[in-house]
Amino acid sequence: MPMHFSKRLETSKSARILVPFISVLLALLAGSILLLLYGKDPLVVFGEMLNSAFASTYGISETLVKAIPLMLAALAISLAFRMKLWNIGAEGQIYMGAFGASGVALFFGHLSSWILLPLMTAAGMLAGALWAFIPGILRARLQVNETFTSLLLNYVAILWVDYLCYGPWKDPKGSNFPLTPRFPDNATLPTMGDTRIHLGLLVAILLAVALWFLIRSTRWGFEIRVIGESWDAASYAGMNIGRNIVLVMMVSGALAALAGVSEVTGITHRLQHGLSPGYGYSAIIVAWLARLHPLAIIPVAVLFGGLLVGGYSVQTEGVPFSIALIIQGLILFFLLGGEIFVTHRLIWKRQKELRS
Amino acid sequence: MSSFMIVDFLAATVQAGTPLLLAASGEMMAERSGIMNLGVEGMMLVGAVSGYLVTVLSGNHWLGVVGALGAGALMALIHAFISITLRGNQVVSGLALTIFGSGLSSFLGKNFVGTPLHPRFEAIPIPGLAKIPVLGPILFKQDALIYLSFLLVVLLYLILFRTSWGLALRVTGEAPAAADASGINITRIRYLNTVLGGALAGLGGAYLSLVYAPSWIEGMTAGRGWIAVALVIFGMWSPIKVMAGAYLFGGVEALTFRLQTMGVTVSPFFLQMLPYVLTIVVLVLAVQRNRQEAGPPAALGIPYDREER
Repeated sequence: MPMHFSKRLETSKSARILVPFISVLLALLAGSILLLLYGKDPLVVFGEMLNSAFASTYGISETLVKAIPLMLAALAISLAFRMKLWNIGAEGQIYMGAFGASGVALFFGHLSSWILLPLMTAAGMLAGALWAFIPGILRARLQVNETFTSLLLNYVAILWVDYLCYGPWKDPKGSNFPLTPRFPDNATLPTMGDTRIHLGLLVAILLAVALWFLIRSTRWGFEIRVIGESWDAASYAGMNIGRNIVLVMMVSGALAALAGVSEVTGITHRLQHGLSPGYGYSAIIVAWLARLHPLAIIPVAVLFGGLLVGGYSVQTEGVPFSIALIIQGLILFFLLGGEIFVTHRLIWKRQKELRS
Repeated sequence: MSSFMIVDFLAATVQAGTPLLLAASGEMMAERSGIMNLGVEGMMLVGAVSGYLVTVLSGNHWLGVVGALGAGALMALIHAFISITLRGNQVVSGLALTIFGSGLSSFLGKNFVGTPLHPRFEAIPIPGLAKIPVLGPILFKQDALIYLSFLLVVLLYLILFRTSWGLALRVTGEAPAAADASGINITRIRYLNTVLGGALAGLGGAYLSLVYAPSWIEGMTAGRGWIAVALVIFGMWSPIKVMAGAYLFGGVEALTFRLQTMGVTVSPFFLQMLPYVLTIVVLVLAVQRNRQEAGPPAALGIPYDREER
């Protein structure tokens, strides 16, 4: 019996709210089937994930540590996606941000913290903005699909950082590991108590509020929303779409780069190979699950931070870390699939009955 | 460079281009029907690991090929259901497929990293043809999957442009409302081609793990899925041109590999950037050309809703 969807007269508010929650539940259910096939008890595995991520002070602090880059990158992505600009280059922009900040730390490490940290941040954000400028200008001027260009540049950015870490910036005392020397202490973000939670958390939350205000209450935010609804309508209204594409991509790149800056200044204190375990990709799901709402990104990023921490911890149970990635993909599937219930009703009917 | 080295290089070009050719051909069929699937990278990875696991466990590499085709098809079925039946966002669904596929492949292959592969696809010289100077060793001293890929390109070309089935497929991608009115079952055509595209992407991945590497390495596709999608644009949704593009990129890969072993002073990291940078350059050029000649299918990426016709 084929599925048929009939348009609702009004969009369903309850579906809008329920779909994200049901998506997460269904993703866990589908993940359970996989775990059962793998010979593991899903309740034990998910229990352990939950336990390690949220049940202790240490767990919660590590979850928040992972949530910081996710938040920043998801904010970056949400801004671009709102304009229907598919910037999936956050991963590369994170690496370029880390590169910019590290360059300043390695060559101007003698400056005082008050000058050095802002300088590192500025350099990182600039590197990310310029990296995102490439897909932006190609889209605005030459109509080249930004999805491909932003994604392909991820590989280039990662190889660039690898080149530096294996080559010119390699720590001579690092026993051949692909990493730069440790930054001086002036280049380190303050942390909370004896946890690894650093100032980046506060910055991310403030930025979420700022972005929310920008999109809701400013003229530029209004333009972004209108362009996101319809490029044609925005163009008729005299809005400069090309300029906005480039601008939004660059701001998006700078925000994502901030995730890279905060990782090197707050966590690793050096540039290293494999700096981001795919934060830029997970952040796409975070942004989408939060329905691109800046404030909703905060709790969703914390949830996903917990998923990563949980994913690492169940490795001791013999479950590969990739279970966390699988669940992320599943959440996005159910979320996308569920979207139609907001605007449509499902009717189970045969083709013939519909036509009559 | 001696002539022997050039022939050797071109033969390696065909091998390096084959995974791209298979995956891009599949994506081309899906896009022709109006479905854009950005999950090629994920489908290739799952195809690669499935082909490898089935071969190792069954001891038969042809069963491995069947496993890869099936795994790719199943992955594509998820995308088909979301984007055709549920009319979800195709860009994001494709990304989800890639994230899911990279997770699933690493999950499935965890305990098989480094397992030796037996049996393997060996080169089978085609009697007579393999003796042709230059062309023989390049085209006719290859493995069975490469011969199959030649056949595939011819077959897809004939289906697309010489059969009523191909016509229906093209109309579905260009003008679904008109196709629907003339009695073409849009849902069926889109499902069929998206799933076929996934099967071919799976096979492309398996070519990496069964022939090219041959081994299972996490994330071994290294962006080839994305290059394959770009090749469809470069190849203007036409099988022969897509093939030319795939071999162009195969050539670049074979070249960077040779330059590295020849001890060129350029850092290997820069050489490895080459395919990605080249893809961007090619995309820019192709988009400019396509604006004058052949653009994408008009309904590409747009869900079909009869109520909104």
